[in-house]
Amino acid sequence: MRLSDLPKGAPAVVDRVHDAHAVDPIAQRLRDLGFVDGEPVRVVAIGPMGGDPVLIQIGFTRFALRRAEAARVGVRTELAA
Amino acid sequence: MSASTLRIALVGNPNCGKTALFNQLTGGRQKVANYAGVTVERKEGRFTAPSGRVLQILDLPGTYSLDANSPDEQITRDVCAGNYPGEMVPDLIVCVADATNLRLHLRFVLEVKRLGRPVVLALNMMDTARQRGIVIDVPELQRRLGLPVVETIAVKRGGARALIERVDGEVPTAAPAQADDAASRADLHAQVRELLAATVTMPRATAEIDDALDRWTLHPVFGLAILAVVMFLVFQAVYSIGKPMTDAIAEVFDWLGGHAATLMPAGPLQSLVTDGLFGGLGTVLGFLPEILVLFLFIIVLEESGYLPRAAFLLDRLMLSVGLTGRSFIPLLSSFACAIPGIMGTRSITDPRDRITTILIAPLMTCSARLPVYALLIGAFIPIRYVFGVFNLQGVVLFALYLAGILGAMLVGWVMKHIRRDKSEHALLMELPSYRMPKLRDVGIGLYERGMIFLKRLTGVILGLTVLMWFLSTFPGAPEGATLPAIDYSFAGYIGRGLQYIFAPIGFNWQISLALIPAFAARETAVAALATVYLVGGEAAGGLGHALAGQISLASALSLLVWFAYAPQCMSTLAIIKRETDSWRNVAISFGYMFVMAYTASFIVYQVARMLA
Repeated sequence: MRLSDLPKGAPAVVDRVHDAHAVDPIAQRLRDLGFVDGEPVRVVAIGPMGGDPVLIQIGFTRFALRRAEAARVGVRTELAA
Repeated sequence: MSASTLRIALVGNPNCGKTALFNQLTGGRQKVANYAGVTVERKEGRFTAPSGRVLQILDLPGTYSLDANSPDEQITRDVCAGNYPGEMVPDLIVCVADATNLRLHLRFVLEVKRLGRPVVLALNMMDTARQRGIVIDVPELQRRLGLPVVETIAVKRGGARALIERVDGEVPTAAPAQADDAASRADLHAQVRELLAATVTMPRATAEIDDALDRWTLHPVFGLAILAVVMFLVFQAVYSIGKPMTDAIAEVFDWLGGHAATLMPAGPLQSLVTDGLFGGLGTVLGFLPEILVLFLFIIVLEESGYLPRAAFLLDRLMLSVGLTGRSFIPLLSSFACAIPGIMGTRSITDPRDRITTILIAPLMTCSARLPVYALLIGAFIPIRYVFGVFNLQGVVLFALYLAGILGAMLVGWVMKHIRRDKSEHALLMELPSYRMPKLRDVGIGLYERGMIFLKRLTGVILGLTVLMWFLSTFPGAPEGATLPAIDYSFAGYIGRGLQYIFAPIGFNWQISLALIPAFAARETAVAALATVYLVGGEAAGGLGHALAGQISLASALSLLVWFAYAPQCMSTLAIIKRETDSWRNVAISFGYMFVMAYTASFIVYQVARMLA
């Protein structure tokens, strides 16, 4: 499952960040920001227009990600894990 | 070694309170400039430690990672690594981390440590951390990290004492440098988890107050309503506080100019002092109150953490025209004046988004256009009701505002499509904790912005103002002249020359001539038209009457559209030069706006003539 498909409020855990293309600085930055295997994440808010961007709680931090950015993050929900 | 100077580089993640700490350490003794060739701000300050040693502190741009994605991050990386040309290698790196956000910030600390340079970690915002019940075992953290750790509270007087004592002491030994590769980067997260498990107790992941506020401020309906109210208040303040001060300044300089005139004999010198010098200074300083009021709000919104929330709400809207949510506030400010708007683009992280925002900011209808609009609309547009409720004059004014916005959207869209670098623009924006802005930080921020404007612009604008004065004063009118003096001046010749260019869009030579002083400040076009149409000191109503008899409706509409798009106000062009450090961007701005204004005016003039 992708982070961009995760419903608001549902707890999940990061699986891994996928590169959208060969050299993907956005994917690398997501990893640097803490989107790594086993890290709990949650969608805390969605943007007023088309549900974009999404606000993600990870660790002690909240990041606003556009849907295209959140789509790079593979997640598994707690139940499936 | 008490007399030696110690060079310290201050680094940290964005929102770690680094700049507040820098302000605390150096107070007003800061030097703000740009790094050579780039538009990244370079802030340096110094202070004398208790031992008598001078500490020279460089406040590096905040970054999440040394794996740099943008010009400011590259500077931080290169200065820390000691290979930025023209920058001294720092003797010590002070890495600042937010004690309430260690999951994210400790990773950067570990990354900096691997550079193999002496590092001190400042755990900032310790007061907030304690309030939230966060317990940090500092001695254990220090032992595990292998570098000195001090606690700081950047926003409290004396909150940096422990840091000052530590950096004033012996420089700590550096950890061995480590290679940077994908595997070791991934390993950093594992190390952070271990560190957190062993040294930090965190009762909850976020502050309760943040959750509560965000429920309202990010709400799809209430959030947008709150944003609208905030923006409304900002604009009210600009017009009710800034505008009267601007007018007062203009009056003071008029009075000073008039007074100076009585002290010297009539002639070119008197005219230079009154019209050129005092008039020009009045124009330049007149921008200042509105700029400061706008910046007061922008800084408070930024310091409080609200600005990223506004960007979150509007990102989608702005993205559809090739911008980012962060472009919104600078563009909105540009409705008062493009200068603070362009200066406010510094909060836009992606350099491409920033340039686009800077280029379209002048298309927002600034307050200086209003006198021109008011004059022309009053003179040419009848007071008639459309659909029984809308005053036609108001409809035209609204259409002009809309023309600016639509034009900006068009330019943003075109820029998105002609840009060679089509790689994705990232948002990846942290929404920091809400904070009460501190008077000192707001004060220093305001002072810096004010000084940038005064120091960088006064010279340019004053120079150009004097040039404008020269062009419209020399050569003087011959004996027995029947026309106003300006007709015989260089400006008169230029105006007559320009009319061949402007004839297709319906401008006669008088209007062409008025466009020259309008380049210094748009509102002066009214005074210039008054001069050439021999109305002299009469009120705008008189001028409006004179205009209505002299130029056609088609020409007036064309002129209105011209003012909506034209590359005007050299102060704006000067600030584009200052903010982008590139004459190319100035040329692009001027060029595209000229073409756009000319094309739009041409269409309006020709269509209006056909319909008439």
